[in-house]
Amino acid sequence: MPGVLVVTEAKDGKLKKVSREALSIGSELAASAVSDMGGMVTDAASAEEAGRYGAKKVYVAALGPYDTETYTAAVVQVIREMQPAVVLFAGSSNGRDLAPRVAARLGVGVASDVDRLDWLDGKLRARRPVYSGRVFVTVEITGTPAIATTRPNAFPLQETSGGAPEVVNVTLESSESRVKLVDTKVPDAGELSIAEADIIVSGGRGLKEAANFSYIRDLAHAIGGAVGASRATVDAGWIDHQHQVGQTGRVVSPNLYIAAGISGAIQHLAGMSSSKHIVAINKDPEAPIFRVADLGVVGDLFQILPALTEEVKKAKAH
Amino acid sequence: MNSVVCISHVPDTESRIKVSGGKIDETGLKFIVSPYDEFALEEAIRLKEKSGGDVTVMTFGPERAQQGLREALARGATKAVHVKGDSSDADSLGIAKVLAAAIRSVPHDVVFLGKQGVGTDNGLVGPMLAELLGYPQVNVVTHLEIGDGKLTAHREIEGAEEVLQTATPAVVTAQKGLNEPRYASLKGIMAAKKIAIDVKSVTDLGLDESDIYKQRVVVVALEMPPEKSGGRKIDGADPAAAAREILKYIKDEVKAL
Repeated sequence: MPGVLVVTEAKDGKLKKVSREALSIGSELAASAVSDMGGMVTDAASAEEAGRYGAKKVYVAALGPYDTETYTAAVVQVIREMQPAVVLFAGSSNGRDLAPRVAARLGVGVASDVDRLDWLDGKLRARRPVYSGRVFVTVEITGTPAIATTRPNAFPLQETSGGAPEVVNVTLESSESRVKLVDTKVPDAGELSIAEADIIVSGGRGLKEAANFSYIRDLAHAIGGAVGASRATVDAGWIDHQHQVGQTGRVVSPNLYIAAGISGAIQHLAGMSSSKHIVAINKDPEAPIFRVADLGVVGDLFQILPALTEEVKKAKAH
Repeated sequence: MNSVVCISHVPDTESRIKVSGGKIDETGLKFIVSPYDEFALEEAIRLKEKSGGDVTVMTFGPERAQQGLREALARGATKAVHVKGDSSDADSLGIAKVLAAAIRSVPHDVVFLGKQGVGTDNGLVGPMLAELLGYPQVNVVTHLEIGDGKLTAHREIEGAEEVLQTATPAVVTAQKGLNEPRYASLKGIMAAKKIAIDVKSVTDLGLDESDIYKQRVVVVALEMPPEKSGGRKIDGADPAAAAREILKYIKDEVKAL
């Protein structure tokens, strides 16, 4: 097999975590196929970091901020040069925008948002949750290259001890973009996004009113997590849709999910039950959320959350 | 201003999904227009109400998918195209090829879709369609303004929104928040019954079935995840004690602090 290519994404001069995760699994796939992994970065500063996560060769295309058409042209150019058997994209907003466009240009299929990847009998096998995690589908990709986008938090990070990677500078043959980035709005400056957070603290209808999301925010800030929300609270206008976890929001799988005042509608459970650890706080002992919780606390969130926030602050101060 | 809205017909989000014989068991399932497609449709209808033109709603799917088209016509779409076929046997690229071929023969300035079909959640057809049509794409859109051959769209990304501008024709995929979809009125339902749906086959579009149903992405297994039984449950009557217990769990088992 002529190798694995991982198309990465950087933010503030560092590879995004979901890109490092993609490199980690890419490196494993390459090893099981007795071949090498290459990385593609869009700024030279990230080349060394891609090497640390196993890329033997790093293609550096000095592109500006993301835009679909320029990036598609660049990725296709690198694929034609490297001829990889597998191309992985981080399952970020940009990765999910880019991968299908690249695939359509090459006439191949994509497995998106995968949480398991194996190289088996010369083919890429990918597992992905469908119906928001109620069913897992395993697919085999037959074309070359086989393309997949990786689900954030699904693959453990793994650095390798290999030396510095070989750097190949890519000069873009053609670059034409019809979409112009006019502005970037950051509504909640400083707030983490639920998409890639390690810890999410989520609130539901049990909060009773919009202002009480402060209970959730306080704990999230203390613990270093993102603020999540149930659909009911988003539909009521208490919080922006960006925060919604569940079937018409985001499907998340953080290391720790704390649900407070969320009863656990099937669509919400589907969106968070693959979290590694789940703590639920609810006053109703029969709430369905307790069925998926590793630790369930039957009680008043208005008393328990502030107490927990204080405990977390104390623990962090030590 | 003419638009095309591509919709998919999916199991209701409340459905209990069952697997049988390596496929999703459709027995007893209620099908709905995929929720994100509803935002796409609403946006197209509002555009028509503002500046005239047609809204052509389109789907690739089996017989039952026609219900989705009827629903869309009842809400305000003016034309409908049904490409009949077993779309569940085609991968996203196959579906995009069918839609692209059908769209080419319909006048349009904008092509709308939901950002993903709820259920399968691939989120691939929109960008693939844009590539096949040679159009710019703006995905996961929460706000849109169109006029004078150009559009301005807000695209949701992690923790922020980008404001993007491009020329029409373009492909736009809708995110929740773009608008509040309307229900069909009785008058709309009656009027929709008079509109003839243009029914085509894959071969009518000049496409080769073996390419549409080509096994680019082959399903090898479908499995249900093990049912979680729930873990430890404690009484939180003493908030301080409960908080300490949660902290202990976070430290010892989650190892997050």
